[in-house]
Amino acid sequence: MSQDHNKTTGTGRVKRGMAEMLKGGVIMDVVNVEQAKIAEDAGAVAVMALERVPADIRAQGGVARMSDPDMIEKIQAAVSIPVMAKVRIGHFVEAQILESLGVDYIDESEVLTPADFENHISKWDFTVPFVCGATNLGEALRRINEGAAMIRSKGEAGTGDVSNATTHMRKISQEIRRLTSMREDELYVAAKELQAPYELVKEVAQTGKLPVVLFTAGGIATPADAAMMMQLGADGVFVGSGIFKSGNPAARAAACVKAVTYYTDAKVLADVSRGLGEAMVGINVADIPVPHRLAERGW
Amino acid sequence: MPTFQFLIAWQNAAGNSLKVGVLALQGDFREHLASLQACGADAALVRTYEEISGVEALVIPGGESTTIYKLAKNFDLLELIRKKIKDGMPTYGSCAGMILVADKILDPASGQETFGGIDMTVRRNAFGRQVDSFEVDLNIKGISAPPVSAVFIRAPWVDSLSPRVEVLASVEIDGELHPVAVRQGSVLATSFHPEITSDNRIHKFFLEEIAEDI
Repeated sequence: MSQDHNKTTGTGRVKRGMAEMLKGGVIMDVVNVEQAKIAEDAGAVAVMALERVPADIRAQGGVARMSDPDMIEKIQAAVSIPVMAKVRIGHFVEAQILESLGVDYIDESEVLTPADFENHISKWDFTVPFVCGATNLGEALRRINEGAAMIRSKGEAGTGDVSNATTHMRKISQEIRRLTSMREDELYVAAKELQAPYELVKEVAQTGKLPVVLFTAGGIATPADAAMMMQLGADGVFVGSGIFKSGNPAARAAACVKAVTYYTDAKVLADVSRGLGEAMVGINVADIPVPHRLAERGW
Repeated sequence: MPTFQFLIAWQNAAGNSLKVGVLALQGDFREHLASLQACGADAALVRTYEEISGVEALVIPGGESTTIYKLAKNFDLLELIRKKIKDGMPTYGSCAGMILVADKILDPASGQETFGGIDMTVRRNAFGRQVDSFEVDLNIKGISAPPVSAVFIRAPWVDSLSPRVEVLASVEIDGELHPVAVRQGSVLATSFHPEITSDNRIHKFFLEEIAEDI
């Protein structure tokens, strides 16, 4: 059974497949080793290593960039689950650096300050897979066309207000359903309207789903929020500020993990929602002036 | 060949086959379900005590082994699944599933346990991080040519095993052979993910050579 092995790394199947293994799971933002261990103990499928959670980026302002490699490596050494990290939109050198660190997934994220207001990173050039945010189907397909191996709906990060996550998840699935109901000769115009490549539009119309895994992010603060996103069709959820900005992070983290597995079982959801202490205080998205909304970043 | 496949599907439709559950706590369980159904199996997703109690064979998907373990423990499924495997339930685990059917983990996350079933020790993330994940054509004992296109994602390998465990395929790294497909009695495990390819031969092997044989 031993044989001459021609191993190939960085294939589409390996990159998209990695996201398949995260499905039905919760990916948690962590800023240090201690939080990373709490996340792993709670059953997170991966952690997102960053210096400031979105709620703090929002509160403190300034330019938000890739995290210190030292901090990322400490977290990689502390946990055995996958470690993700964020780069600024369009900042391909930050991505080269994270790839050299052996980060398992890169999030080209609107939560950081964009480095390029026209171009996203050409993600095909990398062995490491990328996840990108999207607010609608066209945006998701543009990111996939650039090589994203996973999509997350954006929501509005750092708010604890789930309304934008809901809007974006509904929007993406509505647009997918619309494509599946169209005649083939109408897909050309649909591609034009979505500002997305025709081949990808046609594929979605035929299969009725995105060609990559779709998670939800941005404003998820409770197990009920997480379960609602799953019922709306998400494959899994990112919880950013919601866990470590709450009263009892370990309990809330474990509760979100359970809620994402048993997302249709209201009895389990009631059980895991008990006694979690204070949720993150939160900001209503409507109170944030449009230029300060992170979901507006990305094009 | 098509006639043969039709016959299998027909037998299953007639209710002569096992009820196969795919453990749906976390991971790519829908892909396993699709592969099993494409083979004509009577398969369903299972995630509660009652659902798992009712199945006669189990597939444990790829995913995060620590997460699946924690959910199984928290929802009192650990002992149930352990006992069913011990009592001879045909079981197949891929990747995280391989870790969970191993009797021992070399480098467990703190407190991580397994269901067990195969007398072996596995090493998690043995091939490295995601940038080292790879595809390779693999010859597997019991599966006729052509080789299987095997996808390894942060995959484990078998570090040591008892003579009672049969090695079906190995991958060579730096001159050393590491088992990546093994079987002991009614339990099958692979480091790689046939469920994310369109090749259903491993699932067919599990259903016809292992599950129907027991």
